[in-house]
Amino acid sequence: MVIIEAKGLTKEFKIFRRREGVVGAFRDLFTRQYQVLKAVDNIDFVVRQGELVGYIGANGAGKSTTIKMMTGILVPTSGHLQVNGFCPHRNREKYTRGIGVVFGQRSQLWWDLAVIESFRLLQRIYRVSEVDFQQRLHRFEDILDIGDYLHLPVRKLSLGQRMRCELAAALLHNPTLLFLDEPTIGLDVLAKANIRDFLKEVNQTLETTIILTTHDLGDIEALCSRVAIIDQGKMLYDGSLDQLRAHWGEDNLEEVVKDIYQGQQPPGVKGWGE
Amino acid sequence: MLAYRATYLTGIFNYTIQIGAYFFLWQAVYENQGRLGGMAQEEMLTYVIIAWVARSFYFNTLDRTLSDEIREGQIATELIRPYSYQWAKMARSLGEGLFRLLFFTIPGAVFIYFLHPFGGPAGWTVGVLFAISLMGSFLINSQINLLVGYLAFFTLSTSGILRAKRVVVDLLSGLLMPISFYPLWAREIIEYLPFQAITYLPNMIYLGKLEGLKAIKALALQGFWFVVLLMMSYFIWRLAVRKLTIQGG
Repeated sequence: MVIIEAKGLTKEFKIFRRREGVVGAFRDLFTRQYQVLKAVDNIDFVVRQGELVGYIGANGAGKSTTIKMMTGILVPTSGHLQVNGFCPHRNREKYTRGIGVVFGQRSQLWWDLAVIESFRLLQRIYRVSEVDFQQRLHRFEDILDIGDYLHLPVRKLSLGQRMRCELAAALLHNPTLLFLDEPTIGLDVLAKANIRDFLKEVNQTLETTIILTTHDLGDIEALCSRVAIIDQGKMLYDGSLDQLRAHWGEDNLEEVVKDIYQGQQPPGVKGWGE
Repeated sequence: MLAYRATYLTGIFNYTIQIGAYFFLWQAVYENQGRLGGMAQEEMLTYVIIAWVARSFYFNTLDRTLSDEIREGQIATELIRPYSYQWAKMARSLGEGLFRLLFFTIPGAVFIYFLHPFGGPAGWTVGVLFAISLMGSFLINSQINLLVGYLAFFTLSTSGILRAKRVVVDLLSGLLMPISFYPLWAREIIEYLPFQAITYLPNMIYLGKLEGLKAIKALALQGFWFVVLLMMSYFIWRLAVRKLTIQGG
């Protein structure tokens, strides 16, 4: 079953170009120069149920923008996008019932509330039954090891502890689709391993479809059989991890990705990046 | 819950100072004067007290919250929730307002009553009408704050606008002085603005200066302004969300 279908998905931003110096700043007050930036440029992307897709690209390549369109936050400039049978931004309030989202760089728990209170609030927001809630909570307590700090306010948690809670929070309503935007950013080795194991289990037992962006290729190697690479808004590669390695004749994923980010072509492969 | 005890206590202190200052100011103004702007001295003092006490309920910082969330991109974490952004914000403010009403407004009013007994509402009907009009104050004030907060979608430097809004609301709502004190031409303009429905109209109901049909009319006017502002904020929201950029990745 197709969960995400994007055709020709494009997002442009109008960027205000500042002129240099005092004179420039003064001129900017009256006439502004704008520049159109294509953050996401004509992307085709199909994800089927139960897939775990790694979505990578250099800083500013357009990963987060894609995720934000798919989660209904940003409105695409053009192209077709259907997720879970919805047009995300148009039916945002209904659509978001069926998805979970974690932004590694932002917290979506209530800063001053105890973790468990945040969970309770989410239970109400997503109308999760008490039985389901308890069952899922126990399960997350076990695998993510968050039982000890459920009663601490979120602001007192370490980044690793908080990120585990964010994951649990994103999954309390058992979404069919989970978006993770750099969920392992800034975490130590153990916390990373813990989160990877958890994601693997969620993906396998609950058949949750997962889209994961990351700069840590360890995440990709541990979790994803499929990887999509975006560069300057364009989809460069979308396929299996094994094939990517085969294309480049290189087993070390980090080396492959470095070459790609530098704009190199794989040796002897036609049609790369088209 | 008690992490913000200091904020709570300084809040009480702040309101005491404000009410105290206006109290003595008006006492001095009324020295050797009978009635001013259609109000006797005791009515005026009650007006000041009720105006500030009511403010502790309807007051909120939605304008700054929205502006910050838009400027810092935190709004992304709200948009992934299956609820309407503005109604969720309003509900949260209402919760805070009710908290303040119970733990701040009512104890504060009792405290002030012991310092200087002030007149209660003239009868149960007036009390109920005033309570309804307080809800109207909250709704209108919140909508104005939402609208001002939305300006952050269009300009990222909002602090000046937020301050200006605050002054305008304090002045034109009748918090600083009753609208009946303004010159006629100003009153005519103010009557066509939503601000007077925040403080002046509820207070006039409380003081029994708007009775019966006039009080009902004042409530209807509040309802009218709420609907108009609500429509405006829906419209701006729809426009803004299409152009939304999430700041900071």
